[in-house]
Amino acid sequence: MARHKVLLIEDNADDVDMVLHACSHSGLNADVVVIRDGGDALDYLFQGLLPLPDVVVLDLTLPRLGGLDVLRSIRGNPGTRRIPVVVLTSSSSDADMRTSYDLGANSFIRKPHGFEAFAGVIGQLERYWLGLNIRPPA
Amino acid sequence: MPQVLLVEDNQDDVELALHAFRGSTVAPTIIVVRDGEEALEYLFGTGRHAGRTSRELPALVLLDLQLPGIGGLEVLRRLRERPETRRIPVVILTTSDDQADIIGGYDRGVNSYIRKPTAFESFSDMVRQLEHYWLVTNLAPPS
Repeated sequence: MARHKVLLIEDNADDVDMVLHACSHSGLNADVVVIRDGGDALDYLFQGLLPLPDVVVLDLTLPRLGGLDVLRSIRGNPGTRRIPVVVLTSSSSDADMRTSYDLGANSFIRKPHGFEAFAGVIGQLERYWLGLNIRPPA
Repeated sequence: MPQVLLVEDNQDDVELALHAFRGSTVAPTIIVVRDGEEALEYLFGTGRHAGRTSRELPALVLLDLQLPGIGGLEVLRRLRERPETRRIPVVILTTSDDQADIIGGYDRGVNSYIRKPTAFESFSDMVRQLEHYWLVTNLAPPS
């Protein structure tokens, strides 16, 4: 079976470390590609590199191009429009949540505080999107 | 108490799901409808469900694809058209691994596509995982 691939678009180094740590302990054998900037994330996705990620985990506050703009571009591109996107954010704004869904986010998760809670959510996210969900064909 | 709308015509699958939810920690209220038309009536408060207030919308819809009458993909298309139902998390739960169904689901804005496991234990595990992900971890705006 092909290895799973997660694209993490996140500029906060602590959050990146926590995701990588949680993924390395999940036993799901996933490659995690980390991109720290919204513009670079689109460059990566739009170069047509296969396989596409099983899931994109997207922060909203990003340098250069914000997460909502990244999401809009992912959904507007025929090659990437069906990729599951999970917004993972510290934003507590209902407007961000509504806009994320309106732009086509599959899921919206607020980052929990504390390492254990954060690792728990990442583990769950990984099990769900890599283990249970059927990804769209490339 | 969150509501889960289970749109499923297969009686065995309904019973498996109800059994799995009974042992759960969240203990949502499960509404079972057995065809696509009734699913839309429930969500829109029309027909057999006329008079239901829109405040009682489910926190999650589990949607089979092969349904009598209006199929699951059409149910999904119609509920994504309406402002009051367009952001409800919908998970397709099906035996179909037809690529056209998977593509059709994502193109109509499904949140997730899951293939029904055949073994009882796996089915229960899946329901618990679904429940925890969509009713505890995921956030959706109130309808």
